[in-house]
Amino acid sequence: MTEFELQTTSYGAAARPRVGFFTDTSLCIGCKACEIACKEYNGVPDDGQDFTAMSLDNTKTLDANTWRHVAFVEQRVKLDDLVVEASLPAEVGVHDDPVEGLRWLMASDVCKHCTHAACLEVCPTGALFRTEFGTVVVQEDVCNGCGYCVPACPFGVLDQRKGDGRVWKCTLCYDRLKGDQEPACAKACPTNSIQFGELDDLRAHAARRVAELHERGESSAQLYLADEDNGIGGAGAFFLLLDDPEVYGLPPDPVDTSRDLGQAWRAAGAAAAAMLGVVAGAVAWGSRR
Amino acid sequence: MSPRRGGGRGPEMVPPAQPRSYYGLPVIATPVWKPEVPWYFFAGGMAGAAAPLAAAARAAGNVPLARRASAIALAGTVVSPVLLIADLGRPERFHHMLRVFKPSSPMNVGSWVLSAFGATSSLSAGWQLFGLVPRAVGAPAAAGAGVLGPVLSTYTAVLIANTAVPVWHEARRELPFVFAGSSLASAGGACVALTPPAHAAPARVMAVAGALTELAADLRMERRLDPVLRRSYASGAPRALHLAARACAVGGAGLVAGLGGRSRAAAVGGGAALVAAAALQRWAIFRAGIASARDPEQTVAPQRARTAGTNGQLTNHPSG
Repeated sequence: MTEFELQTTSYGAAARPRVGFFTDTSLCIGCKACEIACKEYNGVPDDGQDFTAMSLDNTKTLDANTWRHVAFVEQRVKLDDLVVEASLPAEVGVHDDPVEGLRWLMASDVCKHCTHAACLEVCPTGALFRTEFGTVVVQEDVCNGCGYCVPACPFGVLDQRKGDGRVWKCTLCYDRLKGDQEPACAKACPTNSIQFGELDDLRAHAARRVAELHERGESSAQLYLADEDNGIGGAGAFFLLLDDPEVYGLPPDPVDTSRDLGQAWRAAGAAAAAMLGVVAGAVAWGSRR
Repeated sequence: MSPRRGGGRGPEMVPPAQPRSYYGLPVIATPVWKPEVPWYFFAGGMAGAAAPLAAAARAAGNVPLARRASAIALAGTVVSPVLLIADLGRPERFHHMLRVFKPSSPMNVGSWVLSAFGATSSLSAGWQLFGLVPRAVGAPAAAGAGVLGPVLSTYTAVLIANTAVPVWHEARRELPFVFAGSSLASAGGACVALTPPAHAAPARVMAVAGALTELAADLRMERRLDPVLRRSYASGAPRALHLAARACAVGGAGLVAGLGGRSRAAAVGGGAALVAAAALQRWAIFRAGIASARDPEQTVAPQRARTAGTNGQLTNHPSG
């Protein structure tokens, strides 16, 4: 956490412990209460009525008007791999096909509030900032809709709102945090799949939870972004998943693009110097008589 | 419902060769930048390369060429902010770009560079073209614009490379050279087209050297890209734009080098082809980035390849 503390030191005594979400997808029932609570509380506009026909997910992705998104994954799996099968009486037919079953994975996605947040680093106006809680928030009175954060985010979280022009994303309910309230999504979650708290506590709890699931035979349970040993230096929102991240539309090894900014600037410096050299050479050569 | 691509494997199975995805939906967001942005890359790049030519040609006593180069730099400096402001979601807040100085944001750095370039290239043009600015101010301004120009031409490559868009980010070492070569070729080409051939020899050398740099950097970029990412340039609009850019660069450079010194028609045709090549190149790169962002495999496959060697450490994969 030492590296992270560097970013909130400017708050001095006002700095608060870093908070975040642990989303335990093994508890998610796909009710979308989080999506709705978020929209209601934050006054997020309607996203339109799409029917994707791909699953029960008609929201598809996080965007300017969706700050919590529940993914529905329908998978065909071998019955042997389903833990639930062991608890079923032999005469119960789960599926017509004796070797194939179906499982649903549901997961509520959200802004990761990265330790090394590309959106915050590339923002040219300073509209994106780090709060005293260690979260990342867009100031709507500063954002001029340049759109740079949109492709910079390794998770595709940020988006420009049509008709408004500015960029919007999850604030981790900054105003509620200031009033010592938990974020609306966590408050609304009926199964405690979305858990809010101080990050250190959440991480300790997540480690216990994944060990417990492994013990129960749910060997596919894995933590995603739970530690700081990754390309974003750790996330304020991390997950327990039951399959690989990409199955839920999450990048398996996200990287803060700014990590490589030095390489790009060095190349640009060399290219700019080469341009001056070419011009000088061209004028010298072209001017000889 | 039919199973998704590669969907449904138990944890004990060997990972599939085909990366999996969430219903084929993109992992990262598609850039929301409008056509103004690639046009700015082109206009700003050309202006940035014209400025050092204006300064150097004037110093060498080639006033006709210096004046035309200065005019191109001025035109670019007038058009660029208009394009950039038009692209903003809240154009009236354009000045928020300058409320901070933020080295971690190439767009913020670029806004300062463009502002400084606008001031110096305007003063330079005021001296070289209109005689409104005294030499004591105009000459240092021309030199300043000449140094800032190449930064203006290349920072835009840093800007797009500093994103999560795979085909841009992974080309971060080559893109600045593509932009540099393309900027030299377009500024040189425009000067070749506008200047009487007797005075245009430096512009011809610059245009041809720029086109060769652009082609070499572009080929190197393509060769070094992961085959999965290279797909962005392999079909549809990016492919057509990319091929057209190369054809115009080769044709324009050939025409300028072969006949540009003797025939004004060849100079105009060759110069225009090089200007077109630069615009097409920026558009090819821009559209390839859009295609890359929309393709979940381009995001996932290289990341999977990266984690494969770490025994699943990064995702705490259970079957290890």
